[in-house]
Amino acid sequence: MELVEAIILAVLAASTPLLIAATGELVTERSGVLNLGVEGMMIVGAACGFAGAWLTGSIFIGALFGIVAGTLMSLVFALMALGLAVNQVATGLALTILGVGLSGLIGAGFVGERITPALHLDIPGLTNIPLVGRVFFGEDAFVYFSLALVIGVWWFLYRTRSGLILRACGDNHVSAHALGYPVLRIRTLAVMFGGACAGLAGAYLPLAYTPFFIPGMTAGRGWIALALVVFSSWRPGRLVVGAYLFGAVTILQLHAQGWGVGIPSQLMSALPYLATVIVLVLLSRARTGGSTAPAALGTVFVPDR
Amino acid sequence: MQLVLEKRAERSNTIALISPLIAIGLTIVTMVILFAILGKNPLLALHAYFIAPLTDSYSLQEIAVKATPLVMIAIGLSLCYLANAWNIGAEGQFLIGAVAGSWIAVKTQGTDAGVWVLPVMLVLAAAAGALYALIPAICKVKFGASEILTSLMLVYVADLFLDYLVRGPWRDPHGFNFPTTAEFDPVATVPLLIEGGRLHLGSIIALLVVAAAVILLGRTIKGFEIRVVGAAPRAARFGGFNSNQLIILTFAVSGALAGLAGIIEVAGPVGHLQPGISPGYGFTAIIVAFLGRLNPLGILIAGLFLALTFIGGEQAQIAMKIPLDVTKVFQGILLFYVLACDSLILYRFKLVFPNRQVPRGAG
Repeated sequence: MELVEAIILAVLAASTPLLIAATGELVTERSGVLNLGVEGMMIVGAACGFAGAWLTGSIFIGALFGIVAGTLMSLVFALMALGLAVNQVATGLALTILGVGLSGLIGAGFVGERITPALHLDIPGLTNIPLVGRVFFGEDAFVYFSLALVIGVWWFLYRTRSGLILRACGDNHVSAHALGYPVLRIRTLAVMFGGACAGLAGAYLPLAYTPFFIPGMTAGRGWIALALVVFSSWRPGRLVVGAYLFGAVTILQLHAQGWGVGIPSQLMSALPYLATVIVLVLLSRARTGGSTAPAALGTVFVPDR
Repeated sequence: MQLVLEKRAERSNTIALISPLIAIGLTIVTMVILFAILGKNPLLALHAYFIAPLTDSYSLQEIAVKATPLVMIAIGLSLCYLANAWNIGAEGQFLIGAVAGSWIAVKTQGTDAGVWVLPVMLVLAAAAGALYALIPAICKVKFGASEILTSLMLVYVADLFLDYLVRGPWRDPHGFNFPTTAEFDPVATVPLLIEGGRLHLGSIIALLVVAAAVILLGRTIKGFEIRVVGAAPRAARFGGFNSNQLIILTFAVSGALAGLAGIIEVAGPVGHLQPGISPGYGFTAIIVAFLGRLNPLGILIAGLFLALTFIGGEQAQIAMKIPLDVTKVFQGILLFYVLACDSLILYRFKLVFPNRQVPRGAG
């Protein structure tokens, strides 16, 4: 029983950065912008988040550092892809290449340092309930925040006027522009939201997941978050399912390595990546009737005057 | 007053020609600022990066050696990008090519196998790279799965596969437990061009690849199809060009070239298979492809330039203790400026003055 509880806790922890980053990217893509730089924004968020927490001793300030760093990175993307109408795929790749270099530079001085990781909730009585106590009442703040974030995004997209306008920009930017909505400004805000989330997701890794920073510690999580958005058919609710499924794959392969099943550890480590490929294929195949992607996703928009 | 983009009536050929130069200029200015922030003398740093490697024969050869995989991979990627197929997993195809070719080298180790070994290694590596690249291409064409994500995911898989081989079945029994195969036999090694130097046959192969790409894109129907499908998909459909077939073809060719580059790197400068054989060639080649404007000759020049930054970065690290990550930052910033300058080929900036409200009753 304790093992089950430990596995569930580990799955939640492994899923949280995926969920936060994917939620941000979902909003970006719903506005019609494909930002492939999630991995780059995450890794810079991780380096800056750790730097912030190490310098101030506060996890909260570390998280803020991560958010600001991710947002700044996304502004570079917005300037290029929206301001200069550059191909979004190429710009996103550039952002990732730049981010990997920058994070190495920023984080170089912090490799080998440790911080006290984020505290977990502890409510006497509730947290001690066997099996479910720690799962529901003993997480760190990031886990609760990620779920609140998804609910908030769902409410925004489907229950507010602004959310409707944002989705309109993503489905048909020409019509949205003709109706008088500032398409580029709305998209810039959506890109910034995506950057903030990616930065926070990156910061989660050294602040709560492992209490230290190592270069390249995001290990492709940004790319998996991008795949999760496709998996979710651009719907926040399914994102939660997808993120926890992927977290489960990651954790199960780690445990399987620990049990010493006769399978090479490298094959187990490759599972999350292979699973991503397989899931993408199965989903895209099931969707032959028509794409659920925002219709204007990834297309350049230069307003006529 | 507002600065806005405006589409040019036709693409500006002047800017198309000078935009890479503007981009390099802007990158160097940015680097000067970055060096100053890091507390290094910018002039000395620039000298270490761009001038010092050009002053001795060893470094010059080393630049050609580093440019070889970059140019080969970037030529393949440029075909993909021209056809609007986004292969970003060249790093994985490079590693799989290295693994497939090394298989022959490892199996013939210590036997009296003849001169056929190296050619077979090269062919096998190209075939394996092509097959590995076909996975995302087929997933895209048959099932509509994003080739960007699948090709990238396969990079991690290839990396782990190589790691498994050199730590497990292929590990050198006399290698003090280091994760590496034994040193390849002479028949499984890419020959040097100058005795005792660094330059090897791979650089000649890279030049042949460039020449082949010039002919393919400039002189053949297939090359024309590739360019049309990317530039004007609708026109291509009316012309009866099959874009799915071109995705398969360009992915296969770029995978083959990346695989070939992989085995040449392993059987050439490295000499054995081990993890970390690539300092990110597959990703840097993306920058090379764009900096070279997706043009074979441009890619040759761009490849040499980025190779210079690798060598210069190493020298700057040794001479001035500038972190190696600065090279990555440099390459990322360069790609940004290249893309930004490219935008000016199709668009121009225009100052817009919002119309003043005409007072009621006036006029």
